[in-house]
Amino acid sequence: MDGWPGFLQSVLAAAAAQGAPLLLVALGEIICERAGVLNLGAEGMMLMGAVCGFAACNAGSSLPAGAAAAMLVGGAFSLVHALLSVTFRANQIVSGLALSILGLGLSSFIGERLDLVMQPAAMSFGPIPIPFASRIPFLGEALFRQGVLTYLAYALAAAAWFMLFRTRLGLRIRSVGESPLTADAMGVSVPAVRWLCVGIGGVMAGLGGACLSLSLSPGWKEQMTAGRGWVAIALVIFGNWHPGKAALGALLFGALYSLDTRLQARGTVVPVQFLQMVPYLGTIAFLAATQGKAEGRGVGAPEALARPYIREEKE
Amino acid sequence: MIDAVGGPAVRMLGIRKRFPGVAANDGVDLDVRRGEIHTLLGENGAGKSTLMNILSGLYRPDAGEILLDGRRAEIGSPRDAIELGIGMVYQHSMLIPRHTVAENAALGMPGLPAVYRARDVEARVEETAARYGLDLDPRAPVWQLSVGEQQRVEIVKMLLRRVDVLILDEPTAVLAPAEAGALFDTMRALAAEGRAVIFISHKLGEVMEVSDRISVLRKGKRVALLERGEEDERGLARLMVGGGFAPARPARAPGQGAPGAAVIELAGIEAAGARGAPALRGVDLVVRGGEIFGIAGISGNGQKELEEVLTGLRRPSRGSYTLLGKSMTRASPREIIARGLSCIPGDRGGVGTAAGLGAVDNLILKNYRLPPFARGALLNERAAAEWARGLIDRYGISVPDPRGPVRLLSGGNLQKIILARELSSSPRALLAVHPTRGLDVGAADGVLRALSAMRGYGAAVLLISEDVEEVRAVSDRLAVMHRGRLSRAMAPEEADLDTLGLLMTGQPAPGLGGV
Repeated sequence: MDGWPGFLQSVLAAAAAQGAPLLLVALGEIICERAGVLNLGAEGMMLMGAVCGFAACNAGSSLPAGAAAAMLVGGAFSLVHALLSVTFRANQIVSGLALSILGLGLSSFIGERLDLVMQPAAMSFGPIPIPFASRIPFLGEALFRQGVLTYLAYALAAAAWFMLFRTRLGLRIRSVGESPLTADAMGVSVPAVRWLCVGIGGVMAGLGGACLSLSLSPGWKEQMTAGRGWVAIALVIFGNWHPGKAALGALLFGALYSLDTRLQARGTVVPVQFLQMVPYLGTIAFLAATQGKAEGRGVGAPEALARPYIREEKE
Repeated sequence: MIDAVGGPAVRMLGIRKRFPGVAANDGVDLDVRRGEIHTLLGENGAGKSTLMNILSGLYRPDAGEILLDGRRAEIGSPRDAIELGIGMVYQHSMLIPRHTVAENAALGMPGLPAVYRARDVEARVEETAARYGLDLDPRAPVWQLSVGEQQRVEIVKMLLRRVDVLILDEPTAVLAPAEAGALFDTMRALAAEGRAVIFISHKLGEVMEVSDRISVLRKGKRVALLERGEEDERGLARLMVGGGFAPARPARAPGQGAPGAAVIELAGIEAAGARGAPALRGVDLVVRGGEIFGIAGISGNGQKELEEVLTGLRRPSRGSYTLLGKSMTRASPREIIARGLSCIPGDRGGVGTAAGLGAVDNLILKNYRLPPFARGALLNERAAAEWARGLIDRYGISVPDPRGPVRLLSGGNLQKIILARELSSSPRALLAVHPTRGLDVGAADGVLRALSAMRGYGAAVLLISEDVEEVRAVSDRLAVMHRGRLSRAMAPEEADLDTLGLLMTGQPAPGLGGV
């Protein structure tokens, strides 16, 4: 296809691919925030996942090993936040920011030590057409010729929804995030649920990082996430802490990321620096447009978000 | 599961629990039998809730032991308590507002599969609710329910967990008389099945009505164990507060300063609530100088919005508001204060005081702008401290540190700070919203006396309260608020408990019509 339809098709395809790492991180963050823990360390966990995933994949010549390493490192890294904010009840904002800054430095250190910048990617997740679906006119080409991690991200959105709203564990997570005191009184261990969810968030963020270094733009460079961890946190708010809406939002935010290269390719007079700002300006615009209207009790942030829980507190 | 009726279910021995600065429980003994309704009676701060929070596993005692059916029990967490068959309905709703009734019931329900079907839980809730005559919609989100309905959810939740010891912490504090009656029926049915029901209250009338036995707590100790009918209300009150104090409410002095000119006038006031739904639907009201006008009713029927309209925090969408002859319909809070309205807000810690500031700052919140407190743009700290010290002495406020944050003070002392600040400006009009809620008998008495005194000075006093007896006792005229409307104003003699109960629940009362 040529002209505008072709352009739209390529934007959609790139939006789905660019949205995948955002969505993976956002899903982890949703689960974590649904349990009442705000983890601003997403950027740091993502960077750690990206660097370790790439290093492990190149060292072992195995994509699964790379993805697994990224998840493991992301999860382990997030437990610092769990320890500080859940067990020691530190301020979640401070602890999360610390994690982001630490991840930034540590990932650069690891990458430089291993000389990863110079290394070409030994292998990467290539596009896999889905039988039949990839032959749907227009959409098939755009959405069903993607890498495994892209499919996985959108499948995990459905899984996260099911887990949160249809299972006992999900009920416990949501209860802990809404009212830890109630959950506690009902026999749910608040620290256990919160540790688990922070850990899940870390694993997902690590995988999100690997999605960048192994799938989207195979290779490694310093600060390669370029703020995607923060955009993912914005996506959580945009998606109203709901996996389904976050998936739609991921496509939208992903489209913003894909616009700049595509517009450049078509040749435009707008300086490239401005095009690169588009995703971030778009994030601000979307949040400004959708928030503030969220009144009523059915929607909005979990009640106990970012509040440490201490049981024996006399009012 | 349930043994013979009459056997001992719970025995607590020598329970001690200290919080920073207070011994909440100071060696309390308690035994509760199966099949009885056992009341814990005591003032606020007597240690009732602490004792029950220990039994339900929320707090750990510093000393003492708990026996269940004669066996020593370690209750380290609420989970332990539930497994031992002890369930508590807390004073502050322990439901999750955003979840549905069924989701609330499902949380911690024994035998809930890892992947469950909402429909199954809904069916179980419906069935249990129906068995005890509790009317509930399992699919409704809890934030949409009335307080009475929420309480029913709590009880159903406990029944689904097959508790044989059910603790109810001041369940009637938020109920209309008719709803309380229905609750007592449920409690009796539960006891008749062999459960032990522990009922916490400080309302003497209902304690007399429903209890099989009564344990009276005072200052962290049990001071009496009574069989049904052993003491009358007066005796119970004496045991509860200690000494010869009887809760005397300031009576109306007949003929004392006949009501004067209209001070607060509302005509056809309509206003939307926080969620945009209409909260006030045509309120007409006139309060005259030298009278106390009482508004009874269950909270959540527009009282908060009425308070906000009167103080200028909420703009009415229709109608007019006049204060001392001047229209205040679109006035700012500051203009309304300047016109002479003082307010004891319903939300003591949020609206009434700045919780993180000290007593001094809170006491000058209304006149920090005026000399001697203000010198140009600067504050005169010494004048503020002096003024505050005067008020602290006059109102007997117990403040360990006048600059320490007031959120650390008890509810009674917080209310005294508000009273001192609001009354010191000699207001022409005074709005008091739930002014005695959560206060012990002594502190509540002081507040009501202060309202009475303001009436004596010729101020128009508007009292909004959930405590029907309080409204009847101090008001010269009163009305009932229901769903954003006011009933016809009546004299306290016309307003017997039955009539008020009907009006509060939205039914027409004979001779008065509906709300």
